[in-house]
Amino acid sequence: MKLTGAAIHDESAIQKWLICLFCCNKRHGAASIRETRLIKKQLPLWFGIVFFLLVFEPACAKSIWDFQEPATPVARDSITASVDFLRIIMGIYAVVFAVFAYSIFKHRKNSGTQPGTFTGPRTRWQWALAISPFLLLIYIDYIWMGIPAFHAIARMEDTRTASEMVVKVTASQWKWQYEYPEEGIRFVSSLATTQDQIHNKEAKGEHYLQEVDNPLILPTNKKVRILLASTDVIHSWWVPSFGVKRDAVPGYLREMWVNIEKPGTYRGQCAQLCGDGHAFMPIVVEAVAEPQFKEWVAKKKAEGSAASAAAGKVWSREELMAKGDEIYNRICITCHQAGGKGLPGAFPALAGSKLVNGPFLDKDGRLIKDGHLDRVMNGKPGTTMQAFKNTLPDAEIAAIVTYERNSFGNHMGDMVQPSQVKALR
Amino acid sequence: MTEAIAAVAHDRHGHPPAGIMRWLTTTNHKDLGILYMSFGGIMFFIGGAFIMAVRAELLLPGLQLLSPGMYNQLFTLHALIMVFGAIMPFATGLNNYLIPLMIGAPDMALPRVNNWGFWILPFAAVLLLIPFFLQFSGIGSGASGLGWVMHNTSLDLQSGIGIDFAIFTIHLLGISSLTGAINVVVTVLNMRAPGMALMKMPLFVWAWLITAFMLILVIPVFSAAATMLLTDRHFGTHFFDAANGGDPILLQHLIWFFGHPEVYIVLLPAWGLIPHILATFSRKPVYGYRAQVYALWAICFLSFIVWSHHMLTSGLPLAAEVYFMYSTMAISVPTSVLVFCWLGAIWRGAMTFETPMLFALGFVAHFGMGALTGMILPDVAANAQYHNSYVIVSHFHYTFFGGGIFGMMAAVYYWLPKFTGRMFDEKLGRLHFWLTVIFFNVTFIPQWFAGLDGMPRHIADFALRFSAMNLISSVGAFLLGLSQLLLVYIVVKCVRGGPKATGQVWEGAQGLEFTLPSPPPYHTFETPPEVK
Repeated sequence: MKLTGAAIHDESAIQKWLICLFCCNKRHGAASIRETRLIKKQLPLWFGIVFFLLVFEPACAKSIWDFQEPATPVARDSITASVDFLRIIMGIYAVVFAVFAYSIFKHRKNSGTQPGTFTGPRTRWQWALAISPFLLLIYIDYIWMGIPAFHAIARMEDTRTASEMVVKVTASQWKWQYEYPEEGIRFVSSLATTQDQIHNKEAKGEHYLQEVDNPLILPTNKKVRILLASTDVIHSWWVPSFGVKRDAVPGYLREMWVNIEKPGTYRGQCAQLCGDGHAFMPIVVEAVAEPQFKEWVAKKKAEGSAASAAAGKVWSREELMAKGDEIYNRICITCHQAGGKGLPGAFPALAGSKLVNGPFLDKDGRLIKDGHLDRVMNGKPGTTMQAFKNTLPDAEIAAIVTYERNSFGNHMGDMVQPSQVKALR
Repeated sequence: MTEAIAAVAHDRHGHPPAGIMRWLTTTNHKDLGILYMSFGGIMFFIGGAFIMAVRAELLLPGLQLLSPGMYNQLFTLHALIMVFGAIMPFATGLNNYLIPLMIGAPDMALPRVNNWGFWILPFAAVLLLIPFFLQFSGIGSGASGLGWVMHNTSLDLQSGIGIDFAIFTIHLLGISSLTGAINVVVTVLNMRAPGMALMKMPLFVWAWLITAFMLILVIPVFSAAATMLLTDRHFGTHFFDAANGGDPILLQHLIWFFGHPEVYIVLLPAWGLIPHILATFSRKPVYGYRAQVYALWAICFLSFIVWSHHMLTSGLPLAAEVYFMYSTMAISVPTSVLVFCWLGAIWRGAMTFETPMLFALGFVAHFGMGALTGMILPDVAANAQYHNSYVIVSHFHYTFFGGGIFGMMAAVYYWLPKFTGRMFDEKLGRLHFWLTVIFFNVTFIPQWFAGLDGMPRHIADFALRFSAMNLISSVGAFLLGLSQLLLVYIVVKCVRGGPKATGQVWEGAQGLEFTLPSPPPYHTFETPPEVK
């Protein structure tokens, strides 16, 4: 809806610009001298019109050309500050450039004016006129906008007062892990858009690149304190409707808070260049009322115990391969690519890889350093290959390793059981 | 003064060797100025070509042309080339050519250093680009793809050889910038003609003197930060490596301590030359000379104490956020002094609108928009919505392109007849101006609104809600790129021939450089002129 609105709006504006341009050239071509002069006189006017079309008209049509609808008090503060400030600067721009336009229009050589010789304000009145814009500017910066900004920042930074719940967000290349420490829930959230959609082999869905497998579920009308950490590089958690953007910095714990006022689905994405997958690191938050949230927590807890039960049981090869296929296509494929081909120079291939086609446990059942399972569980420091034991449950690690050893032309024939992974953690 | 010119005209010795050796060995400030400016021009088109590929990828959602890794390299190279390869060398070329002429000196104070400073540049550019081309023959993982400031410390540590090449390029460029800057300071302080008091110097010279001081203060910080990164990557130091007790935020502080003054290093030369052009075509003296000099110094000072407004989402403490917000807002005051003086310069003048004047007015209009949007950005209450979004991309292109590049274009058209002795094609110049204005805005206004709507920067592919804006922006960018080819045609045509330019070139032009014939002889002001 929003999109079509924007498209229509732009087309009309572009047509207007083109008409301006076209007329200009045509008249120039045919022009008598008088006509050319007329055009020259009109130039500032056109300048004004183009600027109006480009800047003022869009800014007035607020619904299409503005921030996403705010859903938290912080976002409302932020949109208020922004809209007020935008109005002020557009006012300044309009006034200053009206004076410029007047001068450009009036003070021309061919209108016969004698150029002035002054090099500064001379009379007391002129000095007053010269100083007043700066006083106004200081008033805008430090009082009009400055004081509300101070209070808004103090509110934004106060993550602790009356906060009712904590969620920990851990960023890794290129996914988010969400943890509810009090409820004991932890899961990874990554891009759900298929590779075929990204590579234009399939029609793009409505929420292309802004959809995930496991959204973050938050209760509405509750102050939620969000702690941010990173396992590898700096990322930035940004949901425009919440008015918060904060970097997840390795080695630090950052914090922010949200208090979502309306149930709904809110979308955002990583805002700090974090490597090749930067564009593919979306955030989806589903805000639900308190009772539904409680239900979800109970369900998630039950799933958690089912998962630990699953880690205890012995899995068949088919089960492991099916699970591994699913996870490979969700997580590993971002770097190692479809078919385990990798990207030469950036990400190693898994098909035919020495590491994958080598042993992973020594004869005492310990991890072989730089063996396949070790690499998946502990990662390779200083690269994008991260320690997946921190983010994936036992069964998924077991499945992924089994899958990689028996796909893409690799025929190791062996498998890893979740219980083994559990013991090796 | 006329005596000096006559003496120069009769001076037949000291002619340069012919052919390529002239350009390799020259220590003449005019030759070096031309070399610098040509280099800047060439890099402008290389950097432009890179961004065309980026905008082509962003024309439609989905990955069509580039892999994300290639995309990151292209926008990084675009930024590095435009800032360090195009705008800065071009501005250095202008100062080389013009400062001795403007202050009545025979040459720059350190001519051999000057030659060295220039000839570092082509090698630095090659060094920067080598890894980009090597990847096509399967060597290495390509050029640096980390953005021009390498802001994401931990990512720097994890990336391939491209970043090492970028670090060495930074070292070389740093040496080149420092030699240029020291040369300007020494020349301006020691070699002014008798009577040319500091407060009588043309504003362009003032602006460059201040720029030179800024360069001397920040370039060592940048080089040191890059070196620390290099030792972190290869020699096991842990300045920035969080896993070993280092601090990733430290690098951001160091780099932005350089990076913010760098913004003004790019802009100050343009701010210095705009008053010349406005005064010439208004046929009036420069307005508010003292106010402008003090404003430039004030901006120089403020630029050193506001760097963390580039890091407002990195989790600074409340006190720091408030401080950097208020200190950044203070920059609006000296900046508006400049705008006020530009307005004063044309007020009640007898204006004509030749191409340089059009570009100067275009500069004022676009830079004004960049400066005003810059007033909102430090407001921390709203900043979270702008930071690292396309709003920022739009904003800094209004300052860098709308300010820096428009200023440089104005300078090209203003002094080209002086450099070549021939007038350029005025009609084509105006066409170039209007095409640039229109397509510049078509390119960057949609980016502002895409950013407000929540589009982060540096992404190779985007959600469908940003499609319309990106489509318009890409089309605008292609046409903007195409219309710049017109500039090449105009300059080449002017160099090859055209109506002869007089010494004064423009009716209202003032200043020592316009007392010389066009083009000026190879050696000028060997006997210093008297300035009253």
